[in-house]
Amino acid sequence: MPSTHIVIEGLTKTFRVAERRIGAMGAITGLLQRRWRTVQALRGISFTLEEGELLGLIGPNGAGKSTTLKILCGILEPSTGRCQVGGLVPWRDRVRHVARIGAVFGQRTQLWWDLPVVESFELLRDIYRVPLERYRKTADELIALLDLDRILGTPVRQLSLGQRMRCEIAASMLHEPRVLFLDEPTIGLDAVAKLAVREFVKTLNREHGVSVILTTHDMQDIEALAERVIVIGKGVILADGSLDALRRGALAERRLWVHFANDVEDVRVAGVSVRRRQGRSVELSFDPRVTSAHRLIAQVAAEFEVEDVHLEEPPIEEVIARFYALHAVEA
Amino acid sequence: MSAIVATLRPYQAVFKARFTLLLQYRAAAFAGFVTQCWWGGIKLMVLAAFFRSVRTTPMTFQQAVDYVWLGQAFLTLLPWSVDPEIARMVRSGDVAYERLRPLDAHAFWYARAIARRTATPLLRAIPMVLTAGLLFHVFGMSEWALSPPAGVQAAALFFLSMVLVILLSSAIATLMDIATVAALSERGVNALVGPLVIVFSGSLVPLPLFPDWLQPALRLQPLAGLLDTPFRIYGGHFAGLDALAALGRQAMWTIVLVLLGRLFMRRVMARLQAQGG
Repeated sequence: MPSTHIVIEGLTKTFRVAERRIGAMGAITGLLQRRWRTVQALRGISFTLEEGELLGLIGPNGAGKSTTLKILCGILEPSTGRCQVGGLVPWRDRVRHVARIGAVFGQRTQLWWDLPVVESFELLRDIYRVPLERYRKTADELIALLDLDRILGTPVRQLSLGQRMRCEIAASMLHEPRVLFLDEPTIGLDAVAKLAVREFVKTLNREHGVSVILTTHDMQDIEALAERVIVIGKGVILADGSLDALRRGALAERRLWVHFANDVEDVRVAGVSVRRRQGRSVELSFDPRVTSAHRLIAQVAAEFEVEDVHLEEPPIEEVIARFYALHAVEA
Repeated sequence: MSAIVATLRPYQAVFKARFTLLLQYRAAAFAGFVTQCWWGGIKLMVLAAFFRSVRTTPMTFQQAVDYVWLGQAFLTLLPWSVDPEIARMVRSGDVAYERLRPLDAHAFWYARAIARRTATPLLRAIPMVLTAGLLFHVFGMSEWALSPPAGVQAAALFFLSMVLVILLSSAIATLMDIATVAALSERGVNALVGPLVIVFSGSLVPLPLFPDWLQPALRLQPLAGLLDTPFRIYGGHFAGLDALAALGRQAMWTIVLVLLGRLFMRRVMARLQAQGG
């Protein structure tokens, strides 16, 4: 029976940002009197995460994803609201809390720039006070899983982004945390590196039962990994559920490619629109709640000579874009 | 005992990693050595001119020579700039990662600072002391050469005082690192603290050569413990009880500044807003 790992309730966060006035006069008055602007990054976020769950946090830039993650990591203190990770309040019990979590911020580095990878690992081992035998076992496993053998001796600054990200993730797991926070772990990576990262996160979650919260702009990450998705926009949760539920709510349409045996003038079926034509192929879009796929195929086949059909769903990017548009948040 | 070892392990590891890393900057050390020899020569010529033009002096010429050479040898012990790595982390925002370590934030950076203030001076002090203390005699420039300490007791107290210099200097350096986090840039901190340290440690002009009425204040201020105190002990200018009192002042300032740093760190980190995203 999995127990609740993370509880967040009514989290808000307000930043005060100094505002720069425009022009030389503005700069001078700014010296005498600062003007402050408050930015509400979070306006009441609540969710819980069970142990071993994998949650994807998505939303446009500035939606509050990273702020949420930083609060969970204990780096930021929220303005109001409750947050507990494994029974600890992150910012209050910071030292005890951070010893039990792993975190990777895709645009930052936690490895020591001038040190070879393996020395960074050993330093982390001592910082987290990992017993030597324990470390050897975990490190060997991570090195094998992420294929780091050949780059262990390389100074971090000489690594490619993909190699570095693999090392970053390994570094975050050396002390065997039960929860891993990933902030845009695949940003800027090539296809192969992205796959490696996803594969690893999947293994970690499915086989080792590590709870994972990840933020990303890459919907393929979400498709490959997350059973549950939370969409954040303007500091509030817009949706919380499976990817399928999100799809049904935002863009339920499905698409049918029909390849005809001969030239066809016009395809007209009730409740169905033509999205595109390409020679003898036509892409039809339909609402599965109105027409089922097999009825549509039967209908088209009855009227025309059909060579091939191919059914697909709109790409996830499109679903999300539609979702943002529906909720009037800018992507 | 094993509990203490376990507690200290992360800080020791940070110290060791920084120390071995900094020992690798040999080209920089060599360039620094050459520059410091050059500046040492100029300072000595200025002092020689000064000593020839006045009748009574608060210290002998030999004491002044020792003071200058030791000052050149241990120049990098002074906390006159923010750790460039921490400055980079503040600019890039990586400093937030420092909060992810299950460590006492002040002790973590203090260990780093101590590493910087042992490895870097070590690389420069050894060739400098050898050059000023031995080679100058060989080349017949004995009157410009660094003389040995004033006695066995002076040597022992000098060593103790140098250990305190490392701890005091690192405490100030850590305060500067924290100020960098508060100001989001290292430039103001460097511009403000650098000159103060150079002047009031005695690095620019030996403190005994300042006006008499300033002496009591100069003696009590914390920066004297960075350079003036051990160098006066070395030359026998401070001996016996005077020397012990000077060591006491160094220790007191170290404790005060470490505690201040801890307080400052707590306040700055509570305010820290890792921005972006």
